[in-house]
Amino acid sequence: MKKLLISALISFGTLLSTVGVSFADELLVPHFTYRVGPFAANGTAVANGYTDYFLMLNERDGGIGGVLTNPEECETGYKAQVGVECYESYRGKNPLIVYPNSTGITLQVLQKAPEDQVPILTMGYGLSAAAKGETFPWAFNYPASYWSQMTSVLSYIDSETGLKGKKIAFLFLDVGYGREPIPVLDQLGPKMGFEHMLVPVAVKEMQNQSSHWLTIRKEKPDWVIMWGWGAMNSTAIKEAAKTRYPLDRFIGNWWSGAHVDTEALGMKAKGYKSATFTGTGTDYPAIQDMINLVVKPGKSKTSMDEVGKVLYNRAAVGAVVVAEAIHEAQKATGKKNVTGADVRKGLEMIKLDDARIAELGLTGLFAPIIGSCADHEGKGAVTIQQWDGKDWGPISKPIPPMVDVVGPMLTKAAAEYIADKPGWKSQKCN
Amino acid sequence: MFYRETGQFKSKYKEELAAFPLFEDKIGVGILLLLAYVAIPIFGIPGLSYEFTLSAIMIPVVIFTITTLGLNILLGFAGQISLGTGAFMGVGAYSCYKFMTIFPDLNILICVILSGLVTAFVGMLFGLPSLRIKGFYLMVATLAAQFFLEWAFIRIPWLYNYNNSGGIEGPNKEMFGIIISGPQSDATTRYLVCLTFLVLLTWLASNVIRGRIGRSWMMIRDMDIAAELIGVRPLTAKLSAFAFSSFYVGISGALMVFFWLGAAEVESFDINHSFTYLFMVIIGGLGSITGCYMGAILVWVIPVLIKEIGKTSFGYDAFVMENLSIILLGFMIVVILIVEPHGLARLWQIAKQKLRMWPFPY
Repeated sequence: MKKLLISALISFGTLLSTVGVSFADELLVPHFTYRVGPFAANGTAVANGYTDYFLMLNERDGGIGGVLTNPEECETGYKAQVGVECYESYRGKNPLIVYPNSTGITLQVLQKAPEDQVPILTMGYGLSAAAKGETFPWAFNYPASYWSQMTSVLSYIDSETGLKGKKIAFLFLDVGYGREPIPVLDQLGPKMGFEHMLVPVAVKEMQNQSSHWLTIRKEKPDWVIMWGWGAMNSTAIKEAAKTRYPLDRFIGNWWSGAHVDTEALGMKAKGYKSATFTGTGTDYPAIQDMINLVVKPGKSKTSMDEVGKVLYNRAAVGAVVVAEAIHEAQKATGKKNVTGADVRKGLEMIKLDDARIAELGLTGLFAPIIGSCADHEGKGAVTIQQWDGKDWGPISKPIPPMVDVVGPMLTKAAAEYIADKPGWKSQKCN
Repeated sequence: MFYRETGQFKSKYKEELAAFPLFEDKIGVGILLLLAYVAIPIFGIPGLSYEFTLSAIMIPVVIFTITTLGLNILLGFAGQISLGTGAFMGVGAYSCYKFMTIFPDLNILICVILSGLVTAFVGMLFGLPSLRIKGFYLMVATLAAQFFLEWAFIRIPWLYNYNNSGGIEGPNKEMFGIIISGPQSDATTRYLVCLTFLVLLTWLASNVIRGRIGRSWMMIRDMDIAAELIGVRPLTAKLSAFAFSSFYVGISGALMVFFWLGAAEVESFDINHSFTYLFMVIIGGLGSITGCYMGAILVWVIPVLIKEIGKTSFGYDAFVMENLSIILLGFMIVVILIVEPHGLARLWQIAKQKLRMWPFPY
């Protein structure tokens, strides 16, 4: 027993001494994942798509510019506090990007990243005001902020039934993510003549929304807009079908319209709509490379039927943007081993136009994203898709956000954000 | 051989009742202080990266030790069970945030202490039912505190200054020209501030516990009717225990947000965290100050190390290690409770007893 204990202690000690940081020649592009916890069903697909794209680059091109990438995962369980711990654990390891996969985590590391010289990329989530590159040099939310997305959804509703005199219920997950677009509703309601009611769903009540849908049934809104995530989405659609709410008047944002949300419901969810900024399917050369080089040889945790679905493809697009920023940074500095500060410049220089998207073998997967020093949102547009009982398919053309509404709101919000933060570092753009 | 009291004579009652009656104990504590104050801030822990050591291990351990001290005073010394620790930390954090934003020029350390006082008041308020109810029923009452406070942190936007995000975050705060809190502050500075709080609070706790108030708490814990008969007033004893304990918990909450995380949402103060602090107290040992340190270290550091070692040395996936560390922690709690129900502090005491007689036990 004693010997066992001593040998255990010794092996523990040797383990400790091997933990030391390894400075191999690699591009560290960590992402915060949640393969455990209440949001695991969605989080797993998101984590796989991001990892697989980088693994594919390693297999096909030997990394980016000849340096292998390392898409390391840090497990958060979608908890903001654990996310901060993840962030802290990367200090001193020269990560090239902070990729939090959660708005709650984003809000908490937003102030730290500039000090550590690492850019934050929040693909389709995060703080809306981060679109203002002059105020937030280190944060990016390509391809569109939540506020832009909300205005696109509202324009879609306007084009369908008109908004004047209508009542809209906003069903949202009661965390930083779900609360983010409320100012847009407050602002646009009086202007466009619609009435809105808030229906918050706490994380604990996510899978038990009968009381929320009772409220909705009583109030009879003309449309329901949802900002949901994880098990909340499928529960909401199920409850909507149960209360006989017309599903084609129920629109989710782009995190509320994935295969995991509707597949189990099948025909019951038919007609449900959601926003999106990425296409589905596997008919893209780069996705084919991912299948042939990574998924089929068993080099990733992805199963074949997951590839090509909404969240997997969207996560891959996130990885495309990171890879492209590193590529731009390498081009601009002439160095192979770039730093976080270089990648920040790369993100601002990003020019994923139709020609470049075709070159990457991704034509049709997403709309062009063009960044600049002042614009960290990239002028993205939102498409509305609908579930036909078996698969998601687009039902609208790309709908641009109401720039005239969102622009001034973003400017004001950015100014408010830094108002009580003396010493905040902005940048000048010309 | 090296650790025994032979030859150390005490000629005054004061010496007999000192915190560390043995000369060897004084040396031990001195070495520990030297390690914590000098060695770790300069060298870190060998084998681990410096930044990781301070921000992922040392700072949280120091802060959670303060929390555990607070809960142990209530649970271990006064015998009043509480499940609202997480929420009381929230009271500390939110009130510190309010003090900082209402009085931007006020020194942050004063804000932290003030927030401890606010929490002491709130704790006393929720401690009132303890005068009528005991045991499991009191636990349910503190559970109500937990849920009510969590609700308040979401539904009273004044508490977080009407932020859209619903969270609180700390601006940069200076003292003597050094930034001690906020995103620009150095981990070493923040660690030293937290450590100083811990040392002072430990000193305070050990003296209060050995004094009149502490003994009245223990009398209430052991048998409240007997205590009442000898003249201990349950009202003051119980409420002072709640106030004192909440003061500690509130300070640790404020430190957690403004000296470790930098920002927080209500989720950092939920019931799961209350349970974690309870585990720390139980594993460390009820009614022992050394136990608070041991419990906090064990419950916090082991999962962090397991995750880090699994990831960097074996290349396991992050989520596998996450699940594994949860399983191991649960397993460890069960084993420790079976092997030594009085916690690690009791094991330490046994070890000390054996050492005193080594190598000639009779």
